[in-house]
Amino acid sequence: MSLKILIKRLLFLVLVVWAASTITFFIPRISSRNPIRERFAQLARIGGFSPQDMEIIVASYNAKFGLDKPLWAQYLDYMSSIARFDLGVSFNQYPKTVAAMIGDALPWTIALLFVTTILSFIIGNLLGALAAWPRSPQWLRIVSAPFVLLQGAPPVLVGILLIFFIAFRLKLLPLSGAHSIGIVPSWSWKYAVDMSRHQVLPALSIILGTVGGWVLSMRGMGVTIQGEDYVLFAEHKGLTPSIIFRDYYLRNALLPQVTGLALAMGTLIVSGALVEGVYGLPGLGGVLGAAITANDFPVIYGIVLFITVGVATLMVLVELLYPLLDPRVRHD
Amino acid sequence: MTTTTAAISQMAQPTATLQPGRLTLVLRYLRRNKSLALGLLIMFLLLAFTVIGLAIVDHKLAYPLAVKPKQPPSLQYPFGTDFFGRNLLAAMVLGMWQTALIGVIAGALGTLVGVVLGFMSAYFGGLLDMGIKGICQILTPIPAFLIQIIIAGSIDRRDVTIYTMAFVVVLLAWMGPTLVIRSQVLTMKERQYVAVAKLSGMGDLGIIFGEILPNLLPFIVAAFVTQVFGAVFASFYLAILGLGPVREPLLGNLIWAAQGQGAFFNGWWWWPVIPASAMVLILASLALVNVGLDEVSNPRIRRTE
Repeated sequence: MSLKILIKRLLFLVLVVWAASTITFFIPRISSRNPIRERFAQLARIGGFSPQDMEIIVASYNAKFGLDKPLWAQYLDYMSSIARFDLGVSFNQYPKTVAAMIGDALPWTIALLFVTTILSFIIGNLLGALAAWPRSPQWLRIVSAPFVLLQGAPPVLVGILLIFFIAFRLKLLPLSGAHSIGIVPSWSWKYAVDMSRHQVLPALSIILGTVGGWVLSMRGMGVTIQGEDYVLFAEHKGLTPSIIFRDYYLRNALLPQVTGLALAMGTLIVSGALVEGVYGLPGLGGVLGAAITANDFPVIYGIVLFITVGVATLMVLVELLYPLLDPRVRHD
Repeated sequence: MTTTTAAISQMAQPTATLQPGRLTLVLRYLRRNKSLALGLLIMFLLLAFTVIGLAIVDHKLAYPLAVKPKQPPSLQYPFGTDFFGRNLLAAMVLGMWQTALIGVIAGALGTLVGVVLGFMSAYFGGLLDMGIKGICQILTPIPAFLIQIIIAGSIDRRDVTIYTMAFVVVLLAWMGPTLVIRSQVLTMKERQYVAVAKLSGMGDLGIIFGEILPNLLPFIVAAFVTQVFGAVFASFYLAILGLGPVREPLLGNLIWAAQGQGAFFNGWWWWPVIPASAMVLILASLALVNVGLDEVSNPRIRRTE
């Protein structure tokens, strides 16, 4: 891979991050909603201070957060604070910074999404490849057929149905939460078992909700690859079917799937976040859902921006890994 | 891409020339293309449910305080009633109608913007093309749904209606069709029939509407189905987070409300499960039709059995 491509991709990444942060800066400022005013109106309803007092408080807060400056100065402030990973302070849990909240939530999300995405990618692609492979047994083809239907069911919906059937009806696994109420997080077997039991259904929802897409696209890809000359050539060379399957068929069919993984990154993280919300897990999605309900605007903007930048970075990373898989790209 | 257009025109010709009627041929094709057939069947059943329901059921029952709350499914309330006293059968009918409305409005608008921008970009080229293509490429990696959260969150909750919802969804959903149409027009504009039209003194508008647009139709239809699928998805996700028109019985809203009231903890399982199952059916039928249409337009993945 040449340095030129690397610099090009990184420049593109910077542009994407800039566009995303500019959008998250301007949209709330066009809007008629004023988060600070709304927050204090909410407080005024509970503890009595007069409307005049409120105007003074709002004005002082505007000054504190620099909201009385002209728009361009606010924009420059905002951009420089983003460059320093300063995403502001939460309204709801006041002294806590948004960056700290993201830091607390991130390990949960990464653990859940990393494991499920890799499992789903491997299972889906293997099933899809086997379903299209002419030598595989008939039952495999029948097994892979219902996955077309699964393709339409997003992880959140699978999650709700799994909660109903497995947690509510059969009472096999807990309904929601990261651990049972009353158990204090600690490094013990009891806590580890309890926590993993709470992670099974969310993980299953994400895997079942995403695997259909991989099966389907891989099956389509597999049918195309079978007709290629190099597969015929390998057969005439007398190579064993397992080598043809692994080195000639699977490897070539997987290439576009890796690009697909890069493109699906955004959807994967968003649907993972919604699953976390449904199961009440403490990951990014759970925090985002709570922030939306509580009108905690800095947290909403912070998490959205963080995920956006993360997705764009992952996409570029997968693209940079591509030459490792495809020698044709490497030699260009 | 040339092969796909050729394939589509080949598909269209035998229907006109062969002896058996159009309908039998379509049915015969559907028997081979099972995903398209199943998708259309589910879609038709859902449509029938919605249309008959809209005609029979009293719309007021879908709003709070209409019936006795928290009733499990029974003969009187086939889908039960929720915590706020909504009859879930009526809510299902109205919710599906509204979901379809958002999908079609957002899908049509997104496709329209995409066709216009893609056309201008490819046909006129130059700076305009660079600008449109650049903006699309920079916006594509940004998960549209996240920006939609910010837009939907910035609107005053009382102002959110079905139509603002469709609008929010469209704002970040036009890049896909723009890029697809742009690449199609780029190849079409080099074809000989366009050159002939140009030499014979046809104006830009004449070439666009008389020569290129008719050949582009299959791609526009495909883009439209994809757009509707995306719009239904996006509006459902927004509603499930509580960013939809909260008063309306949209399917996502029902699930959001059920989550908020701890429906599973309280044993009101039917409240979230029924809208979730309906949504699975809607999305599955759209996905099946999408896959089926792919098979029509891309003969390489057509099943040989």
